[in-house]
Amino acid sequence: MRDTIRFLKNGEVIELANVGPTDTLLDYLRLDRRETGTKEGCGEGDCGACTVAIGRLVEGRLSYSPVNSCIQLLAMIDGTELVTVEDLTSDGKLHPVQRAMAELNGSQCGFCTPGFVMSLFTLYHAEGMSRSRKAVTEWIAGNLCRCTGYRPIIDAALESCFDAADDAFAWRATETRDKLRQLADSRDIFIGDSSRFLASPASLDGLAALYQQHPDATLVAGATDVGLWITKHLRDLPKVIWLGRIEGMNRIEDTPAGLLIGATVTYQSAEGAIQRLSPDLGELWSRIGSKQVRASGTIGGNIANGSPIGDTPPALIALGTTLELQDTVNSRALALEDYFLDYGKQDRRPGEFVTGLFVPRPDANQIFRCYKISKRFDQDISSVMGAFLFTVIGGTITEARIAYGGMAATPRRAKGAETALINAQLEDPSTWGAAMKALMSDYTPLSDMRASASYRMETARALLAKALMEASGSDPSGLRLRPAFSAPEEPGAPDTLEAAE
Amino acid sequence: MTASGNPSSDELRLAPVQTHHVRKPLNHDSAVKHVSGTAAYIDDIPEPIGTLHLAPGWARDVVRGRIRSLDLEPVRKAPGVVAVLTANDIPGINDCSAALGDDPVLAETDILFYGQVIFLVIAETRDQARRAARLAQLVTDPLTPIITAEDAVAADITVLPDYQFRRGSPETGMTAAEHKLAGVFHIGGQEHFYLEGQIAMAIPQEDGGVFVHSSTQHPTEVQHTVAKVLGVPDAAVTTEIRRMGGGFGGKESQANQWAALAALAATRTGRTCKLRLDRDDDMIMTGKRHDFRVEWQAGYDGEGRIRAVDMHFLARCGYSADLSLGVNDRTMFHADSSYFYPDALIRSRRLRTDTCSNTAFRGFGGPQGMLSAERMIDAIAIHLGKDPLEIRKLNFYDESRNLTPYGMPVEEHEVLHDLTAQLEASSHYWERRKQVKEFNAVSPVLKKGLALTPVKFGISFTLKHLNQAGALVHLYTDGSVHLNHGGTEMGQGLYQKVAQVVADEFGVTLDKVRITATNTSKVPNTGPTAASSGTDLNAMAARNAAHAIKARLVEYLSEAYGCPTDLIGFHNNQVRIADRVIPLKQAAKEAHLARIQLSHAGFYATPKITWDRDSATGRPFYYFAYGASCAEVTVDIMTGEMTIDRVDLLHDVGHSINPAIDIGQIEGGFVQGMGWLTTEELVWDDAGRLRTHAPSTYKIPAAADIPADFRVNLYESKGNPQETIYRSKAVGEPPVMLANSVFCAITDAIASLNPGVVPDLNAPATPEAIMKAVQAIRAGKGGAE
Repeated sequence: MRDTIRFLKNGEVIELANVGPTDTLLDYLRLDRRETGTKEGCGEGDCGACTVAIGRLVEGRLSYSPVNSCIQLLAMIDGTELVTVEDLTSDGKLHPVQRAMAELNGSQCGFCTPGFVMSLFTLYHAEGMSRSRKAVTEWIAGNLCRCTGYRPIIDAALESCFDAADDAFAWRATETRDKLRQLADSRDIFIGDSSRFLASPASLDGLAALYQQHPDATLVAGATDVGLWITKHLRDLPKVIWLGRIEGMNRIEDTPAGLLIGATVTYQSAEGAIQRLSPDLGELWSRIGSKQVRASGTIGGNIANGSPIGDTPPALIALGTTLELQDTVNSRALALEDYFLDYGKQDRRPGEFVTGLFVPRPDANQIFRCYKISKRFDQDISSVMGAFLFTVIGGTITEARIAYGGMAATPRRAKGAETALINAQLEDPSTWGAAMKALMSDYTPLSDMRASASYRMETARALLAKALMEASGSDPSGLRLRPAFSAPEEPGAPDTLEAAE
Repeated sequence: MTASGNPSSDELRLAPVQTHHVRKPLNHDSAVKHVSGTAAYIDDIPEPIGTLHLAPGWARDVVRGRIRSLDLEPVRKAPGVVAVLTANDIPGINDCSAALGDDPVLAETDILFYGQVIFLVIAETRDQARRAARLAQLVTDPLTPIITAEDAVAADITVLPDYQFRRGSPETGMTAAEHKLAGVFHIGGQEHFYLEGQIAMAIPQEDGGVFVHSSTQHPTEVQHTVAKVLGVPDAAVTTEIRRMGGGFGGKESQANQWAALAALAATRTGRTCKLRLDRDDDMIMTGKRHDFRVEWQAGYDGEGRIRAVDMHFLARCGYSADLSLGVNDRTMFHADSSYFYPDALIRSRRLRTDTCSNTAFRGFGGPQGMLSAERMIDAIAIHLGKDPLEIRKLNFYDESRNLTPYGMPVEEHEVLHDLTAQLEASSHYWERRKQVKEFNAVSPVLKKGLALTPVKFGISFTLKHLNQAGALVHLYTDGSVHLNHGGTEMGQGLYQKVAQVVADEFGVTLDKVRITATNTSKVPNTGPTAASSGTDLNAMAARNAAHAIKARLVEYLSEAYGCPTDLIGFHNNQVRIADRVIPLKQAAKEAHLARIQLSHAGFYATPKITWDRDSATGRPFYYFAYGASCAEVTVDIMTGEMTIDRVDLLHDVGHSINPAIDIGQIEGGFVQGMGWLTTEELVWDDAGRLRTHAPSTYKIPAAADIPADFRVNLYESKGNPQETIYRSKAVGEPPVMLANSVFCAITDAIASLNPGVVPDLNAPATPEAIMKAVQAIRAGKGGAE
C-alpha cells in the first residue's frame, strides 16, 4: 500500500502526500507550484490551453501524450513524467517547437500558446509520423486559437515536428525510462480515510474488494467526463477510485473474431486496432474529442457512466458489441444496446463495474459504415451519428444492424428500419423506401442546441440512404466531403501509441 | 505643433528618419515569452499575501423577474467566505455602463436578463467562492421575457431611438426601377471567445485609492467606472494592463463590471481581491456580437445596376444600450459594402431584449451591414441569371458614382477596382467558375460554390472624441527608451509596431526600447483600443513624443557641437553630428547635464473627421481600408455539411509597418469571420437561457476548418493617401469581412440546385441552416421575391 503519488518532473522524482480525491493537475501546477505557464481557458477540456505532456513507457519506449490538465486528476499522473511548458526551455534556449512557433508568428495574444507548444512537443516526440498538414491539424484539433487562424501554427508544426527528436528529453530518454521503471510498482494506492479518499488499486481483485466496500465511490478511468463533474458542476466526490493502474484492464486483443478491449484502454491506444477493424470506424475515432481527450478518455469509461454524448456506442452497437461486467463474485456479458436503459440510467448493479468489451469483426459478407454529423468537423459532439452493418448475400440484404446516436435519450437500434431492410436489393433503390419510412417511427428525436428534431430526422434518413448508396457501390468520393482515409496515411503512425503500461 | 499634434516640418530642420525596424516582418514583441509560458496575464501575476477571491452570484433559473426575497445566509456560512456584497454595499453609483447609466453592477430590485449578477462572494479561495455563490436562496416573481428580435418588434421596445440615412428618393427610385426584389435575412451573433476570460485584480491603496489590474481594452473607462462605483475621484484609481489573452471587442466595455466588483471588494476588505470568471459565467453574462433581422428591398435595372435600396436593420441589443449606438451606426455606414446606391433609405432599430447586452465585436456592426449588401447583390445576380461578381463590379463605387449614402465620398475607388481585378486574375475566378459548373453538373450530392467579395471598411471612431491618443516617452541617460501609450495589447501586435516606430525615431535598436504596460497614471483620458485604430493613433502619439525629445536633443547638440540641425542623425544607438559619431547615451547624458528635458507626453488627434450625427452629415472616416476575398466551398446537400476548399485573400494595409503582424491580422480576422458565418451558433432556449456557453457547445473554428488551400497576400499599395503613420492602414477589423466570401460561396452552391431562386440561407450557415435552404430551394421557395 502506498499513500503518496509519485511522478517525474524535470528529471526529479516528486512525491506528494495529501492528494485529495478531486484535486486537478492544473490547480496543482498553478496554485501549489505557482507555475503559471499552463493556462486555464475553459475548465472542461475543450480548448487545450491547459495542455501538458505526460510521458509513459509504452512497450518499453518512452511516449508522450498531450492531456488537458484542467480535467486530469492529479493522482492520474502517478508513475509518469509530467512535462509543462516551463520544462521545455533549458538554459534560456528555446525548444525547437517553441522556436518555430515564435519565429513563424504562431502566437498573437499568446494565451493558447503554451497549450499548442505542449501539443506540438508531443507531436515532435511521436514516432513514425510523416510530415503532412492533415497529421498536424488532427493532432492539434483540441487546441483552440482565436487570434492566428492557425496557419502559422500549422507551418510551425510542419517545420519543427517531423525530424528526429533532438532535445533534452531525447538526450536523457534512457535515464527517464529507468526512473519510470523504478516508479512503476504494483502497490495499491490509498490516500485519505474511509470517508474521503483517493484510491488506485493495482489489481482487479483489489478493485472488486474496494468497490464492494464502497459502492458509493466514483470510478474514474480517464476523467474526461468526471473531470467536468468537478470543475463545472462543483460536485463533491469524496471517494474516488482511479482505475488506471489495474493490471490487465488495459489489454487489447486483436483476434480474427474481433477486438477485446479492456475497460481502461484509451481511445488513443485502441486507434491502430480500430483502424484495422474498419476504416470508417477509424475515421470516426479520429474525430472523437481531441488528441488530448483520446489520450485520457477510455471506451470503457464512456460506456460505463452512460455518457449521453458518446459517439462510439452507436457504432459499437451496430457492430454487435458485447459488454463485460463483474463484481466480487460474478461476471456477466450483455449486448451493449441492452446496457443503456434510459437517459443517464444503465444496467449496472451496485458494486459492479465494466471490465471490457468485445467488438466482433465484420465478416466478408458484411458492410459497415458510420457517419458523424456535427457543427464542427473536429472535436464536436455529434448532432446525429449513424452506424450501419449490412449482411449482404448476392446483392440482397439478409440482415441489418442500424444504430443511431442523437436520435433518442440513449444510443438505440432502429429496429423497424432493420426489419424493413431484410430482402432489400442493393441494386434497386426502390426497395430501400420501406426502411427509410420505418426510421420515422423508430425515433422521436428532440431539439436542442446541437440540432432541431426535424433536422435530426432528415439527416438520419439521409445517412441511411448514403450507407445504402455506398454499399451498392457508389463512389464514396462523390458522397462524402472528406472520404475516410482517401489520402495516403502515415504508415504505422497509430502503432506508436499502444496501450500504456 | 499643429492642432492635430503633428510636428510641423518647419519648426526645426531634422535629418530624415532611417527606417531600420519599420516595414520589417518582426515577430510579436512577446513571442518568446508566449512560447515559453513566461508572458504574464493577470491571473499569473504573483498574488500579494492574503489575496481574496471573488465569484459572482446569479440566478440560474431566472431570465426576467422581480426579486421578492434574497437569503444570503447560506452563502455567508459557507466555508472560507469572508463577505457577501450586494447593491446596498456600493458606496458610489451602481452602474458600469459605457455612457448611459443603464448597466447595474449588481442587481437591485429586478433581474433583467439571464446571468445578471445579484451578489458578490468574497472568499479565501476561488473554489470556495464558486461553491458558495450557488447557495443563495432567491425568490422572484417571474416576468415573461422578450428574447428574440421579433419579440421586441412585437413589443415595440428599444434601447435607443431609431436612426436613418436617406439619400435621394428611395420611394421614387424603387417604383421607377425595372426590377424589384425584397427579402428577410437573419444574421446570428457571435461570442468573442477570447482565450483569457474576464479578469480583474484590485489592490487597495492609501487614502481610499485602488490599483486595478484589469484585462481591458479600455483602461480609462475601467478607471472611471471604478471611481464612479466607489464614489472616489478618478485620480484615486489606477488601471493597468500589460496584455490581454484576446479581446476582439469583448473587453471594450465588458471588462468594467469585473474591475468594479474587484475594486469594491478590495476597498471593503482592505485586501487584494481577484475576480476571474468561469468560462460559462463569462459566456452567459457578457455581451456578444449583435444579431440582426434584416428587411431589405432593392430596385435595379436589367443589367443589375442598383437604382434604389431600402434596408432595415433590426438589431437585438439586449437589456441595455452599452455600445449599441456606435455598433448600429456602423452597420448603417457599411450597408453599402462597396456599392453605389443612387437612392437609399437605410434604417436602424435598436431593439431591447431581456438578454445580455450585446457589445463591440471586431467589425463593430460593419460585418452585418456588409453581409446584407452581399445578400442583396447575390439575389439580384441569381434573379437575372448572371454571375454575382459581374453584378458586384457593376455596382462598385467609381469616379462619377462615388458618394456613400451618408455623404462621404469614396476617394480611393480605384483601389477597390484594381485590387478586385488583381484577385480575380490571381484566383483564376472565371476558369474556376467554369470548373465549378462542370463539377456540379455531374455531382448529385456534393455541390461546389464560388464567390469573390469586396471589403471597404471605414477607419475612425464614429464618435469623434475617441479619435485621440497619448503617449509617454522617456529617454534615459544610458540611451534606453521607456515607451508607454494609451493603446492596449491584446495580441494584435500594437506594442511591437509602436516600438518599431519609436526605435527608428531615436535610431536605436529595439532592445533599447522598453515596452511598458498601459497605465492610466502614465497616459490619461484615453479612448479604447478599438476601431482598428490602435496603431494609427498610438504610434503617431508615440512618434510625436519621441520626435519632441529628439528635437530638443538636436537643438542642444547643434549648439554644443556647432553643427546644423539637419546634419545630426540617429541610428544604431549612435548620433552622427556632422563627421563625428557619439553614442546616444553620451548625447543623452550631455543633454541631461545641460538640463534638457528628455521626457515628453506625445499627443495625436485624427484630422479631417467632421461627422455630425444629428444632421447625418460630414466625414465619419479618415479613410477606408480595402480588401477582397475569393472562396470556394463544397456542400453536401444530403446532410448540410460543408468544407472550405480554397480561399484567396488580397488585402490593403497601405504601406505596412510590419507585414508579418499584418498578415497575422488578416488571416486571423478572416478565420474569425468564417467562424461567425459557419459553425458559431448561439442558441437560446424558449425560456431565454443561453444554451451555448462553453466550447463544448459553441464551436469556434479548429485547425482543420481553415481552408485547405489558403493564399494570403498584401495588396501592393501606393500608400495611404492620408498622412497616417508611415502611410500604413489599419488592419484589425477589416479582414473579418473577407469571410463574407465564404457565406456567398455557400449561397452559390445551394443556388446551383434551382437556377433563378435565391437560397433562403441565414447566417451562420450551420449544416442545419444549409439543409433548410436546400430543402426550401428544392421546393421552389427562395429568400427573395
